[in-house]
Formats: sequence, C-alpha cells, structure tokens
Amino acid sequence: MQNKTENILTEEIEYEPIKKVSIIVSKGSLEGVYPGLIMANGARMEGIEANLFFTFFGMEAIISKKMDHLKVATVGNPAMHMPTLIGSLPGMSAFATHMMEKEMEKLDIPPVREFIEMIHDAGCNIYACKASVDMFHLKKENFCSQVDDIITVGEFYEKSAGASIIFT
Amino acid sequence: MSSRKQSSQEDNIMSTAVAEKILLGKTLAIDADGNLVNISDWNEEIAAELAKEEGIEILTEKHWQVINYMRKVYSETGDSPSIRKLTKESGVDTKELYALFPKGPAKKAARIAGLPKPKGCI
Repeated sequence: MQNKTENILTEEIEYEPIKKVSIIVSKGSLEGVYPGLIMANGARMEGIEANLFFTFFGMEAIISKKMDHLKVATVGNPAMHMPTLIGSLPGMSAFATHMMEKEMEKLDIPPVREFIEMIHDAGCNIYACKASVDMFHLKKENFCSQVDDIITVGEFYEKSAGASIIFT
Repeated sequence: MSSRKQSSQEDNIMSTAVAEKILLGKTLAIDADGNLVNISDWNEEIAAELAKEEGIEILTEKHWQVINYMRKVYSETGDSPSIRKLTKESGVDTKELYALFPKGPAKKAARIAGLPKPKGCI
C-alpha cells in the first residue's frame, strides 16, 4: 500500500518541538492555580512529558482538605474591576468563585480535585515543595493521593533535566 | 441542533483542505493538522490505516469504543470531544485512554475517527 502526503504549505523554519515541561504553581487562589493545571494537562494532551511542582500557597491545590475550597481573589486584583471596599464584603469572593466555576464547567474545565486526578492519570508527576511543607508543618498524608513525592528544589531541578520551566 | 452542524453536513466539509494523500487507492483531502477534510471519505478500513500512521497496529474493541463515541459526539455537536468529556462519558478512563492512544489521546483518536482536531484547551 502506498501512503503519500503532498504538502503544499509553504516551507517554514522548523523549530525543535517542546518535549518536556516543569510547571511550578506558587499561588493558592483559584485563578492562581488553574493556569498551571491547564498547561500541565495540555502538555500531556500533546504528548509532552510534564511535571507539576507545588510550592508555597500553590500547595492549597493538592492539600486534601483545602483543594475543594479554593477561591477567586476579589481584593487586590485590579483586573476584577471591583473597588476594594466592595471586594472585601463578606461572600463576595465566594460569589465570584461560584460564577467562575460555572463558566469553567461550560468549557469542560473540571474542579481542582478532578483535574488533579485527570492530570496524574495522564502521566504527569505531581510534587510538593519540601521547604514549604516544612514551613507549614505538613505531612505526606495531608496531601491528596496523587502527590508522588515531597522534593527539594535540587531534586526539582534534577527531575526537570531537559525541560522548559514554567513559573505560575 | 446547531446551525454549525447543519452547515457542516450540507456541504460535508469540516475544515480547509491543504493537501491530499492516497490511502488504500483513494485520494483523500487532508487539513493542516493531517486530519481528513470530508467526513464521507472515512470508513473502518481508512481508520485502520490512519491508526497505523499513529503507530497503532491493531484497533481493539476499546479503541473502537473511543472512536465511535467521538464520532457520535461530533455528529451531535459539530465538535470533537475534549479529553475530559472522553474520560467522563466514553466509558474508557484517562489512564486507559493514554495507553490506547499514546502521546495525545484526544488528538489521535479524532484523527483516526476522521474528525478535525479537538478545539478546546482541556
């Protein structure tokens, strides 16, 4: 059998495709966590090897008791176009979070816990930062079961050999 | 039924052809992603050939479960389903999807199913 492809696209410079990414999630708000998760999942969907490394408040996304309760920040975020006094009203953050979650569900973006499961099942490794774990007095059992290990920054760089590092 | 679906069925064209390829003696129009342009060009034999191009030698029953689900969603919505939709609704979980279609299940399964590349980010 003969498989023949005739490409009539004009020739372009060919860059080396990205083969591996290491994504750092350092923020604990809903909008701080999702970009890293979407990029990790997107990498796996493209066949790119991926590591996710959670540090400081980014660990909220993998702490079992907290990951279902992340909130959108309504104060200190000029892009919300909401005066600080209004943003600080009780329930405002919960309301904004609810609205955002509704919009995300429409786009098939899963809640944090389901997303972490999906990303891990897709073959992405998930790590917590040792310095942050020690600082917040956390243990491995505080994290969801998808967390592969608690690692030092040195180990993070070792695991990132050959990877593009993305800080979010 | 969306108007998009109607129009795509009327002219039977899903995306723009940029090239042609010959599979099983048939000349097929393909888009910039290498996916089939005409849904009517697709059949099970073509799917098997496309699978081989993706490094999948034999399409098992599980592969077909995913492919048929994708074609069903496409015919209903006019879009190839996201990986999340596949995980939740196709009856094949994430781990198995990646095992069946290594290095990009949604993209590869869509290609083998004769559909355009999924548009969503998830």
